[in-house]
Amino acid sequence: MKRSKKTEEAVFKILSGFATYSLIVILAFIIIVVFVKGFNALTWEMVVKTPKGGYYYGGEGGVLNAIMGSLYIAFGATIIAIIIGMPSALYLNVYLLRHKKTQNTIRYILDALWGIPSIVYGAFGFTLMLYLGLNASLLAGILTVALLITPIIVRTFDEVLSTIPKGLHEATLALGSTRTEMAFKVMLKQGFSGFITAVLLAFGRGIGDAASVLFTAGYTDLIPVNIDEPAATLPLAIFFQLGSPIPEVRERAYAAGAILTIIILTVSLTARLFSRQYSKSNIN
Amino acid sequence: MLLKRIISDKLSGVWMLISLTAILLIPLFIIAGLYLKSTPLFNHQDFLRLISSSEWQPHKGNFGFWPFIAGSLYVTIIAFALAAPVCLLAAIYLTQFARSAMMRIMLPVIDILAGLPSVIYGVWGILIVVPFISKILAPAFNINTSGYTIFAGGVVLAVMCIPYMLNMIIEVFNTIPMGLKEASLSLGATFWESIKHVVIRKSYPGIISAFGLGIAKAFGETMAVMMVVGNSVQVKFNPFEAGYPLPALIANNYGEMLSIPLYDSALMFGAFLLLIIILLINLIFRYFIYRTRVH
Repeated sequence: MKRSKKTEEAVFKILSGFATYSLIVILAFIIIVVFVKGFNALTWEMVVKTPKGGYYYGGEGGVLNAIMGSLYIAFGATIIAIIIGMPSALYLNVYLLRHKKTQNTIRYILDALWGIPSIVYGAFGFTLMLYLGLNASLLAGILTVALLITPIIVRTFDEVLSTIPKGLHEATLALGSTRTEMAFKVMLKQGFSGFITAVLLAFGRGIGDAASVLFTAGYTDLIPVNIDEPAATLPLAIFFQLGSPIPEVRERAYAAGAILTIIILTVSLTARLFSRQYSKSNIN
Repeated sequence: MLLKRIISDKLSGVWMLISLTAILLIPLFIIAGLYLKSTPLFNHQDFLRLISSSEWQPHKGNFGFWPFIAGSLYVTIIAFALAAPVCLLAAIYLTQFARSAMMRIMLPVIDILAGLPSVIYGVWGILIVVPFISKILAPAFNINTSGYTIFAGGVVLAVMCIPYMLNMIIEVFNTIPMGLKEASLSLGATFWESIKHVVIRKSYPGIISAFGLGIAKAFGETMAVMMVVGNSVQVKFNPFEAGYPLPALIANNYGEMLSIPLYDSALMFGAFLLLIIILLINLIFRYFIYRTRVH
């Protein structure tokens, strides 16, 4: 009896350890595959040139159109998401401080919003675009991605704000500050690490998402100059060019994959650094 | 000075309130927008036939969504079956067996895995999973396939869902008070028995919720699955056949949808269906989580 107990424990310890280490292996495997394929294809030309002779059939040139398009869309969407998301999170934690039930209901709705897949946002962005009379363009892409990432900014920022100790609110109000001053001068400062993390997280999600820009941003070989022109994006550059029968074009897809992965890794590591550095100087 | 402060207080208060209201209205707008867009289809065919028929001939006006719903379900089930045990075991290892240094290494790993864009998983799927299935796994069962199969979709999806579910399960395990486990240990239970009978039982609702939300995420995942699943309209039980999940249908056909009557409406109905299913799963399991947090 005693023996079987011990064996069971040993078996599960090994099994669960195996599951954990296999995750590290999988991550390494994915990144190595993408990087090996990508760096073989990645030349300076890839980064600084737009594709020649059509992105699907022409083998010349690089993916600059997609890099610029992705950066435009991700930056634009992040700025819109900050303008709407930051004050929402502050409102949730300043004005609704005493309304726990409302607070929790709102968090519940935001979490559910976070769970909506990006293809649904893409389809909705498309109907919105038709309704507003827009074409597939940078603007439509930015608006759709902004819808997608705003809940992420609000919830991530809110999560940090909600850990700020109650005494700080009371002290601020007792010193005679208005609630706006409390929001922007105390809460925003205290939760600044969370804010940066939220922004970076949203940016990473925005730059990597393909399904939401598929309908709305279109695809082009050119770098968009105006906000009403279509824009190429890195995820779509990978997706479209990977299906091409021409090997040089597929190489471009692998290069785009490596570039996108580098961007995502940089963003996610920066977010980590920030949240560690700023959380040192906080009170809690 | 005081006036200025009061005015700025009022103004920014309004700004905050408007932003928050706008965000909370987003789901309503999405539901309403997609519903309005899919009404022409409702007038053309009734709801039950839409989701149960497997005739998909847009040119003839036949829109049966069953192959796509079945495809989505099948891919999701395979992904869940592969991912759930790994998540549960890894979460147990990290929170119970491993030293805390291990957790510090794993958290960034989970973060990065969760943050990788789905097309990257798709590229990995095409380069590794698809050839593996067509060259090694399928021949072992004497099956001849290109590798672009439901099973490939399931594998890629499983890898994508693991970080998401694992994160939630770790959080659930962390809320279990240490004292409970210690009490069980002091009564003579072995370490594993305490985990099995105390920690897991206590976090049962949380684990179920994490699994539910993982399923919802898998169900709505688009790009990675679409890249490896083969995309042909059929209902087959064999996982080594190509399938066509619902999100892939929407994403694949946006180009031609405006040229065929009712096609755009059908795709928007697809999006509507997807939204309702996922929103419902999300609301139910999140409610579960909130309930357990309050207690």
